[in-house]
Amino acid sequence: MNLSEYFHMGGYALYVWLSYGLTLAVIVVHLVHPIRRERRLLARIARRLKREAQ
Amino acid sequence: MQWLHRLASPKHFYGFAGTASLWLGWLSLGLGVAGLYLALFASPPDYQQGESVRIMYVHVPAAWLSLFIYVCMASSALIAMVWRLKLAALVANASAPIGAAFTFLALVTGSLWGKPMWGTWWIWDARLTSELILLFLYLGYIALGSAIENRETALRATGLLALVGVVNIPIIHYSVEWWNTLHQGPTVTKFDKPSIHLSMLMPLLLMAFSFMAYYGAVVLRSVRCELLEREQGSQWVRELAGGKQ
Repeated sequence: MNLSEYFHMGGYALYVWLSYGLTLAVIVVHLVHPIRRERRLLARIARRLKREAQ
Repeated sequence: MQWLHRLASPKHFYGFAGTASLWLGWLSLGLGVAGLYLALFASPPDYQQGESVRIMYVHVPAAWLSLFIYVCMASSALIAMVWRLKLAALVANASAPIGAAFTFLALVTGSLWGKPMWGTWWIWDARLTSELILLFLYLGYIALGSAIENRETALRATGLLALVGVVNIPIIHYSVEWWNTLHQGPTVTKFDKPSIHLSMLMPLLLMAFSFMAYYGAVVLRSVRCELLEREQGSQWVRELAGGKQ
């Protein structure tokens, strides 16, 4: 079986790859969001501490 | 019990959540890579559904996870209400958006599977409708939590909603047996032998456990954020933030 035949998924390419793509999107979004949020929070608290120290 | 008390302190839980999240994350990745390989390459096409059966390996784990997260969320809410454990409330609150996302995913991938197999994107049958209600329960939980200013009141209201909503869980599970539906019956969670071949069961279970580990990893990350936000005046957060400069 060649590659384009594989990606064709027996004619169900749209349904199969859209399902996997959406799943990946949900996973990435919910993984990146809390990591970025935590970094931002720590930076904000650090800035406030600096201000207070002055 | 001593270690439990220590763990329940925000500072210790913050550290514990970071370590546990990392381990669960790697576990999820390992299971996911193995599951994906089996799901997309090694497993056979279905004799009736052809290659479209591969949607099952994301649809079913997403649907299972949507139920699993709800049970975790409702149990945490109960613990928070009965034992006044603040951490449990944070776990419940952090679970809601993740649960909503996976319920949405289960519905959409189900739609994408239903169109080529059933000939329709959507049908108001028992399984699909009860899963849609689950989505509304999650969204209701989030909306209610953010609408009420007072934390104690918010906790009681959302906790009550989460607990009442638990009745929907067995309804979703048994919907395919209680009602005549287009959705197929259970093939894995039967008491006798599952009616699915090992070559399809393996990727399904690997993906399901990968999804569960993923939930554990990201919910702990969210709880860490909530802890930081609520404890920002305390000494340990100051040290943590100050040390990162």
